[in-house]
Amino acid sequence: MQFALLIYEPPEAFASRKSDGTDPYTGAWRAYHKALVESGVFVAGDPLEVPETGTTIKIREGKRGVQDGPYADTKEQLGGFTILELPSLDAALEWAARCPAASYGVVEVRPLAPHTRRRITG
Amino acid sequence: MSGSDSDEEKVHRTVERVARESYGRLVAYLSVHTKDLAGAEDALSEALLKALTAWPRDGVPQNPEAWLLTTARRSLIDFFRHQRVVLASEPDLLLLTQNSAEATLETNFPDERLKLLFVCAHPAIDPAMHTPLMLQTVLGLDAVRIAGAFLVSPKTMGQRLVRAKTKIRDGGIRFEAPEQEELSPRLDAVLDAIYAAFGIGWDDVAGVDQRGRDLTEEAIWLARVLLQLMPNEAEVCGLLALMLHCEARRAARRARDGRYVPLSEQDPKLWSHPLIEEAERHLAEAAKYGRPGRFQLEAAIQSVHAERGRSGRIEWTAIVRFYEQLNRISPTIGRRTGYAAALAEANGAEEALAVLDTIDQGAVSSYQPYWAVRAHLLQLLGKGPEAQHAYDRAIGLAEDPAVREFLLQKRADFSS
Repeated sequence: MQFALLIYEPPEAFASRKSDGTDPYTGAWRAYHKALVESGVFVAGDPLEVPETGTTIKIREGKRGVQDGPYADTKEQLGGFTILELPSLDAALEWAARCPAASYGVVEVRPLAPHTRRRITG
Repeated sequence: MSGSDSDEEKVHRTVERVARESYGRLVAYLSVHTKDLAGAEDALSEALLKALTAWPRDGVPQNPEAWLLTTARRSLIDFFRHQRVVLASEPDLLLLTQNSAEATLETNFPDERLKLLFVCAHPAIDPAMHTPLMLQTVLGLDAVRIAGAFLVSPKTMGQRLVRAKTKIRDGGIRFEAPEQEELSPRLDAVLDAIYAAFGIGWDDVAGVDQRGRDLTEEAIWLARVLLQLMPNEAEVCGLLALMLHCEARRAARRARDGRYVPLSEQDPKLWSHPLIEEAERHLAEAAKYGRPGRFQLEAAIQSVHAERGRSGRIEWTAIVRFYEQLNRISPTIGRRTGYAAALAEANGAEEALAVLDTIDQGAVSSYQPYWAVRAHLLQLLGKGPEAQHAYDRAIGLAEDPAVREFLLQKRADFSS
């Protein structure tokens, strides 16, 4: 089954994106990604641009509300996601624990919802 | 006002202490006839709750353990009566009531924890649940804490514990210490379960993933309980010696700035010498029985490392020999990796790499220590690109940020 690792990072982790790529955090990510691919569990994934680049929109009673910035006002912000193919939640938690973001931010593990997907896509 | 506050705190502390020291003894004794671990645990937590209101009011009883036992037993009996137990359970109730009469006369009740330890590690129970069951029923740890240590969701861990206890209650598992002829395999399961709580791999030159489970204290406590109950088993001494040796190095594993320090570079002055001495005593005690085993050999390897504190050098050939014996008994991936690392020091990297190459690739694809040692060996042999690849794998599989940074540094040092 497939699991999404939702990666929440603190500001310092986002700041490391401006580095030349030799910082330990980026190095750890490079190695982690390689391990995921070589172990045959990686399905998809991408980092997201920094939270300040987000724009949030909602429509209530016909009125549009647009806001700069991310939806949730928390210290850790969604910084990316990875989708993995694994036999169980236990295995997904193992890989989540190895994720470099788990040491500095938070990694949420969520199963994808194929049933809901089928209801929508028919 | 502040006086009564501190009294209350004192009672809280007493309850905590009694709970910690007596939890397993009480659960074991309360469940030995009913086989109902969950029931015994519920009754005991109810008794502990009652203690928190009764003891500040009436004073802490002379024998707090006996008080808890009587109170817990009363609620167990009430529960049985309330359930209007089916006929088949009547003898249990009878036993329980009889024992109750005994306990009011006697404050000393038999220690049934050995039976409980063997039940937790029973072959009919999923081996993955042996350790969680022990941690919960003998030490009273909650499912959330256990789940965190074993990297399982708390809900799942809770469900698995309930299922295991139901199986113990209804599955015909007997609460007894095994007979001599089956003692060895059954004891092995108990020792494995205790060691699994300890959860630390092994230290090595290359800097490996140490799964700190944050349960080392609990594991050592369990081993001490087991030794107290089985004082003449060599492997019990061996297990305790092994864990004490590892524990002795806790302060030396990280530099002041949090950097990871591999075992061979640790400052022996930072090791705990009382713990090392205690470990050595247990190992010497074990040797008297003339029955070598896995844990004694693992402890012997750690003892050789500890010897560096006195001699200033590591006898790698001795470590290699111990690993050879270990691999004859049971060649796990971890031991073969450890063997290779020691062999590299004793006989050179080439021979060591040949050992790693014999390990099934499928089995090591996500085993971090294998890749850390492999990277180290390839680097020694000057095989640059292959070493880089192995370092990447070891870094990608590491869980501990200090180990990750240590390996990143090693990788950077030799590629520049």
